[in-house]
Amino acid sequence: MKFLKEPPRFLFFTGKGGVGKTSIACATAMQLAEAGQHVLLVSTDPASNVGQVFGITIGSKITPVDAVTGLFALEIDPQAAAQHYRDRIVEPVRGLLPESIVKSIEEQLSGACTTEIAAFDEFTALLSDSALTADFDHIIFDTAPTGHTIRLLQLPGAWSGFLEEGKGDVSCLGPLAGLGKQRTQYKEAVEALADPLRTRLILVSRAQQSSLREVARTCEELAAIGISQHYLIINGIFPQSEAAEDALAAALFLREQAALSAMPESLRALPSDHVTLKPFNMVGLEALRQLFSDKEQHSFSSKEAITLNAPGLLTLVDDIALKGKGLVMFMGKGGVGKTTLAAATALELARRGLPVHLTTSDPAAHLTETLNGNIDNLTVSRIDPRAETERYQQQVLATKGKELDLEGIVLLEEDLRSPCTEEIAVFQAFSRIISEADRKIIVMDTAPTGHTLLLLDATGAYHREFTRQSGKTEQHSLTPMTRMQDTKQTSIVLVTLAETTPVLETANLQEELRRAGIEPWGWIINNSIAAAGSHSPLLNRRAQNELKEIDAVARLYATRYAVVPLLNEEPTGANQLLKLIHGQVTEHTI
Amino acid sequence: MSITTIIQVFDPALCCSSGVCGIDVDQALVSFSADADWAQQNGAQIERFNLARQPLAFAENQTVKSFLDSLGAEALPLILVDGEVLLSGRYPSRAELAGWASITLPAAESKQAKSCCSNSNCCG
Repeated sequence: MKFLKEPPRFLFFTGKGGVGKTSIACATAMQLAEAGQHVLLVSTDPASNVGQVFGITIGSKITPVDAVTGLFALEIDPQAAAQHYRDRIVEPVRGLLPESIVKSIEEQLSGACTTEIAAFDEFTALLSDSALTADFDHIIFDTAPTGHTIRLLQLPGAWSGFLEEGKGDVSCLGPLAGLGKQRTQYKEAVEALADPLRTRLILVSRAQQSSLREVARTCEELAAIGISQHYLIINGIFPQSEAAEDALAAALFLREQAALSAMPESLRALPSDHVTLKPFNMVGLEALRQLFSDKEQHSFSSKEAITLNAPGLLTLVDDIALKGKGLVMFMGKGGVGKTTLAAATALELARRGLPVHLTTSDPAAHLTETLNGNIDNLTVSRIDPRAETERYQQQVLATKGKELDLEGIVLLEEDLRSPCTEEIAVFQAFSRIISEADRKIIVMDTAPTGHTLLLLDATGAYHREFTRQSGKTEQHSLTPMTRMQDTKQTSIVLVTLAETTPVLETANLQEELRRAGIEPWGWIINNSIAAAGSHSPLLNRRAQNELKEIDAVARLYATRYAVVPLLNEEPTGANQLLKLIHGQVTEHTI
Repeated sequence: MSITTIIQVFDPALCCSSGVCGIDVDQALVSFSADADWAQQNGAQIERFNLARQPLAFAENQTVKSFLDSLGAEALPLILVDGEVLLSGRYPSRAELAGWASITLPAAESKQAKSCCSNSNCCG
């Protein structure tokens, strides 16, 4: 493994949820400890199973891993960190200010960036020299701060005003308000991150197009702020030997190989390691020791396909068809297949004679182009997030910026670079289409998060008040948020994968929507091997693991759900899309 | 002037000072951010407090707190000049700021400030 050669003091693993960062971090920590080093393993994964992997309870204190000499571990729960962070700001005024005001402050501090910064706040101390960490040769993190967090901390404007004097006019730095340490500590932490002699950043990806694209974006974003010298790990590569087992296994192998050969340019130059998919779960020391080994591993799983009794997409579509009109929004993390599922649903509804408008924000657009204009009752439109954001920025600068002087424009431009700008720009584009939902079924492959809705609604309320006072008459009878809260008008479908981290992330998304008074209508577990059925022992082991996650979704999270099988080929065109709805086999009798 | 006037602005909970995060950008807020910058460069002493960042500043100021208690978030933005409430529920114009801070507006500036008031709703 190249990333393990002459490792510096700090190792960070970054990549999207479910790619195996925690397993790799654990295996790395163990390998270094077994080579005689003192190692601290820090997990900030919301689904951290580091304790489970080593068979101990860890928690928020540095805890020795008894089975491995020299290894210590620490778990930072990002949600708890964010709560702690919010409390630091809100507690002093609770009971002093009206409850509605306290609520609006809490919502401001409930975004994804606050959670991230709160976690960063927690591990800042580990990055600077302190008695706490002096004994460790290596500190290994199973996650890394994003470019956005680091940029915020690097902005001199973040520090010149309120953080040091408690006042001032700073742009878009709300999330930084609860930072608990001194500026010098953050400065030190950011410097340590950018120093290749002290820090190595390891990008972890699956051999899948969306996963690789995301990692490439992270890589470019971090390079732009001076953090380069990355390493790359492609994890869970499907082994060629297994491809002979059945058609699905062969297709998976080929799909992964194709994704690897089409790897983004920025990743090609990086020192990279391949880790093959192992036929066992990453729990226990023996499993971890074998993670980086290339030796052929024999699977003890059965070749017999397992049985899954779960509803398919057809039952969900039947229910939607009964409504006849309204909004259907597919929501979930990138790469889970929202666009494909939205297209399949729209297509099936149109086939049944219902008027349907499919709107996607899919950057690739191939899928929707093949449908546009070819299917009766179906109109297709596309929202390009990048173009929408640019248009929004230009519009704001042109209309609102025209009376500003140079200083004012600089300030405005800085605000427009904030991460919420894109979500708001896309949201605006959606709002234009949403009003059609009284006549048609509108199917969308994305939706604003509960947090964004709450923020926009709060500002909206303020705006209404403002227009009332200023004597302008403008009616906002039905806001997008009230429309989404109405289950008669809107069906929110959460899309996830049958894996631990994705399911947990989706459950968090659901919680956030509920905070905004929106109840998700159903869940779809996509790309399921258990639903597809396979004779590959390796795939069957994964299918076996899926059952636990499917069960959790069915029992704990979803009011209604469907499981959609992994297809041999990525569906394109109408016929293949319809296979997702009609062509599924949920029981196997071989 | 021997004593500098202190203008305190208590903003609603907005994630950006110019409020571009709203579904429709509030022109008044955008203009005010620029006006506040301009006034500061001309020697005015302006302090801004964002409810989401420095709530304690709201709770500790009796005047602000009592406005919030009776009017809720609608009291914001609240503008205090030397501790006295001069505006509630809207932002001041450049001309108003200049008046409080005793900045002499150049002829062109004052004309611009006036036309802003008559053409749009930014001054209520």
